[in-house]
Parts: sequence; structure tokens; C-alpha cells
Amino acid sequence: MIHVALARISGNQIPNRKVVSDTLLELAKTNRDVLVLTSDSRGSAALAPFGQQLPGQLVEVGIAEQNLVGIAAGLAAAGKKPFVASPACFLSMRSIEQIKVDVAYSRTNVKLIGISGGVSYGALGMSHHSLQDLAVTRAIPGLDVMMPADRHETKKMIEALVDYDRPVYMRIGRNPVDDVYLSDEYPFEIGKAVTLRDGGDLTLIAVGETVRVALDAAEALQQEGLDCRVLNMHTIKPLDEVSIVRAAAETGGIITLEEHSVNGGLGAAVAEVVSQSHPVPMKILGIPDEPAITGNTAQVFAYYGISVENVRKVALKLLSAKRGDGHGQKIHPRG
Amino acid sequence: MDEIVRLKRKAVEIRRQLFTMIYEAGTGHTGGSLSNTDILTVLFYKIMRIDPGNPDWEDRDRYVQSKGHAVESYWAILADKGFFPKEELKTFSQYQSRLIGHPNNKVPGVEMNTGSLGHGLSISVGMALAAKMDRKNYRVYTLMGDGELAEGSVWEGAMAASQYKLDNLVAIIDRNGLQITGSTEQVMGLEPLADKWKVFGWEVIEIDGHNIGQLIQAFEAVPVALGKPTLIIAHTIKGKGVSFAENQVGWHHRVPTKEEYELAMSEFAKQMEELG
Repeated sequence: MIHVALARISGNQIPNRKVVSDTLLELAKTNRDVLVLTSDSRGSAALAPFGQQLPGQLVEVGIAEQNLVGIAAGLAAAGKKPFVASPACFLSMRSIEQIKVDVAYSRTNVKLIGISGGVSYGALGMSHHSLQDLAVTRAIPGLDVMMPADRHETKKMIEALVDYDRPVYMRIGRNPVDDVYLSDEYPFEIGKAVTLRDGGDLTLIAVGETVRVALDAAEALQQEGLDCRVLNMHTIKPLDEVSIVRAAAETGGIITLEEHSVNGGLGAAVAEVVSQSHPVPMKILGIPDEPAITGNTAQVFAYYGISVENVRKVALKLLSAKRGDGHGQKIHPRG
Repeated sequence: MDEIVRLKRKAVEIRRQLFTMIYEAGTGHTGGSLSNTDILTVLFYKIMRIDPGNPDWEDRDRYVQSKGHAVESYWAILADKGFFPKEELKTFSQYQSRLIGHPNNKVPGVEMNTGSLGHGLSISVGMALAAKMDRKNYRVYTLMGDGELAEGSVWEGAMAASQYKLDNLVAIIDRNGLQITGSTEQVMGLEPLADKWKVFGWEVIEIDGHNIGQLIQAFEAVPVALGKPTLIIAHTIKGKGVSFAENQVGWHHRVPTKEEYELAMSEFAKQMEELG
């Protein structure tokens, strides 16, 4: 069942944004239509080498995110393959109308890469956090939404996006994240969740940097004799409903994890499917409806319960709910 | 027939068509469509290299209507040029029609969906930049309203056009001086408008936007300076061609009554007669 080789070692030092840049540089060398657009963000996006090697394929627009996306849409309409790289907090908010009208509604082939997303800019405050972007982007018709779990998946995602003829919003974080995959030798398909662990007791569905937390939690729960399925839902839209419904039917309980507001993100998307197709007990773990606290990603995650310890607690609770009366209409803890 | 007279007659025909569309649909942006008709007529019947039989021709000139709401003249012209059947104009703004109240690129001949103001210039910068990268010599034309210029994104686009030396880009301002609330200068003053664009690095031409000869001359002068984008400030009259709608702020999106419709039709007939 499991075909994916998982990483066991922590300590990766390569940030996803560097992988985005390196991968795009390789692709752009053989395809002059591949362009990168930045809003004074080439440093943040680790795109300086791209700019040095292919200056004619990097378009700088200055600190002007509306113009950034509008220009990208015009380039795409004229046959180019623009990748816009700008901090997720600005890209998904300041230019959201250009994303809605010039990109999604006009069906221009623009790839929007939100960098330093989520709480990557931990100490910089709510202005620099992007914890609403999934909710906003996934409500726009014609726009797909993705978030890779580690550097290997980042590479595979970018490679897939070059030939993917639809507008996409893809979010990555700023800092290196521990590997989830051993290598990029695994099947990656847009819109298809990756089953990282099989299991029948409960399912953990995670996205982005929370995938590793989910995996670690599943291992901890295994020590207690529980087999948790772990799905990496790298594509929020189009959502892999088949895998979600199967998980609900086969494991009877779902916990979602995301670096996003609990309103409108992965958890909400999963709940929309589960509640209408196969209701089972669920718990959505994410950032509550408040300005996130100051801290690095690990600290913020831990504070809001996106941690191995909390997932373990929530899982045990959910299991009792599930065992209570079949499908969790009421919670009847045992023993 | 003299070319200028031919274009003038075409403009009257388009005005008659758009006024009828708005009357029959019971909705539309009357004043702005009437003010931009001469500009669009010169672009589509004289200046732009386009092929209605091959709307996606890659070397075509591009037109982006940033003031998307004044769409009726645009629909009337695209139909007349043969991008879609003229009978379809009867569906304007009707249930399930693709001829909606803003440009819709599901319709052949329309490049981009617009409707929210302040988007078209940036899009056009992208298209013009692509032409430069691909060493193609097509031009990009974008029509903005004057009220639209209060949108900050317009000035972001203006800076970028100049930075990238886009002399293949022509922006036109339909300077009718009115927006929905009243005079542009009262709502949010734009003057000195030409100076603003000049300091942003543009070549500026000011003309009478209803004078066919001046319009042709302005478009044919492009690029005015190598390496610089061109702005044409076309001074126009909102509601142009319909005596009782001219310069009336209330006609921004007013729909004519039966009496007004008939009066306008007789005015168009008279204009046509005068053109011989």
C-alpha cells in the first residue's frame, strides 16, 4: 500500500524557496517563455541567482503587487509562462482582485508563488502573516491551490506546474523544513493526496509544514498501538475528495492540520466533503481566529496545538468519540 | 467616399446600435459608450491590425478596455467587424448571454476580462513587454476612463511602462470630465493631467476625441519617441451624439425612455444625412 520512502532524519538546511528558484532556473534555461516576476522580492524568494543568470527572464516590478499580477496576466495572455514570486501575505491580499479578475476569471496561465507564507515571518506581526490565503484563494473559481510538504515535493510541484495550463496559487514557507520524503522519487500528481502512512484507526490530513508534524504524531501514536493513516493534501484545490471519503469510511475519524486560520482552510475543505458525503468525527487544528502570537514556526505551532503531543491528545479523544456510538453523533468516552 | 466621412458614418452607426442595445436591454453605460465611440471606431476600422477570421492571430494588435463598463460600443463594433454574429447583440445583458455588461474574453476578439477599474494598464504593460521579449512588432492599446485614474494601480502601471521603455504601448484616456458622482475635478482632481503623465516618462498627445482626423493623426504618430510609451488624452463629451445626454452626469448609466429613444434615433438619422 505504501510506496513512498519517508525521511527519518531531521536537520535539512535548504529552504523551499531556494528549491523553487533552482528548479525554475533549470526549467527556464531551456524554455525562454518561463519568466519570474518579483516585487522587490528576489532576495526573499532566493531568486538573485536566477536574475544573474537569466536577466532577460526576470521581470522586476518594484513594490507594487497589483501591478505585479496584472503584468503577469498580460504576459501570460501573450503566451508567456510567468511565475510570480512575492511574499504570500501581500500577494494573496494586496493583489487578490488582480488574481480574481486578471488571472482566474480571464483564465491566464499565471503561477502565483506565495513565499514566506503562514507564520514564517514569526516576529513581524499579523501584517506579515498569511493565514487567510487558502480560504480566500480556494473560493475563487478557476484558481487551483497548492502547498508542498518539503523540498522534494516543492521541486516536483514546480516541475508539474510548468506544463499545467491553469492558474495556481502555491504557498511555501521561508525557513528550511525537515524532510518528509527521502527523495523526489515518488509519484506526485496535482489533485491527488499522497498516502504517507496507511492505517485504519484514524486519519491525519495535513498540508505544508504540518505534514511532518502529522507524521511524527502518527509514529508516536503507533507506540500506543494505534495505526493512523496520514494523508499529505498538497493540493487544496482541486481537492482529492476520493481519498477523503475513503479515509472517513475506512478509519472513522479525521484530524486536519494546517498553518492557516481554522476558518476556511484545509480543515474546512475536508469538513465540507466529510459532512456531506460520509460524516465522521473531526477535529480541525490550525491557528484560531486571532492575530497569531510572536515566535518561530515551531513555537507558534506548539502554542496553538499543532504538535505531536496535542495531536496525540486529540486523537485519543476522537477515538473515544468514534467508538462511542458508531459514528460520533455523541461522545461517549470508554473506561 | 472620403475615408474620414466613412469613419464618421461608421461612428454614427455604432452609436445608433449601442443606444438601441441599451434601450432594448433596459440597462447599460450610455454616457461612456457614447463618449468612447469615435476612439474605438478609429482604432478598429483604421488603426489596429486584427483579423476577425483569426482572432487569436499571434501578431495581432491587442486592445484592452480598462474602462470595462462602457462596453456597448465595443460589442457593437466587434459584431460589425464579424467577430460574432450581429443578431447576438440582441442578447446583450440577457439571461445566459455572453455579452455581459463588461468585456468577456469568452467572446472572440476580447483579450481580457475587465470591469474593475485600474487593471487594464498593468495587463497591457505585460502584453507589450511580451512583444518586446519576442521581438514582435504588434502594438497594445488600452482605453481608460478619466475617473478611473484615481486608482493607484494605474500609476504603478504607468511607472512600469516607462521603466521597460514600452514604445509599443498606447494608452488612451477618454477624458469626458464626468464620473458617476459629478465632475472629475470635484470628485478627485486630476489636473494637471498631461504633466502628471509626462513626469512619469510618457509622451503625451492631447486631441479632440471626437475629431476623426485628429485621432488618426495621433495614432499614426506612435511611437512619438523611441523607448517611450504614448498617452493620448482624448477630450470627449460624455453622451456625445445625443443632444439631451451630452455632458449630463445623470446619463452615466441611464436608460432612455421610449420618447428619448425615438428622439435619439431621429438625431442619428439627421447626423447620417448631414454626412451624405
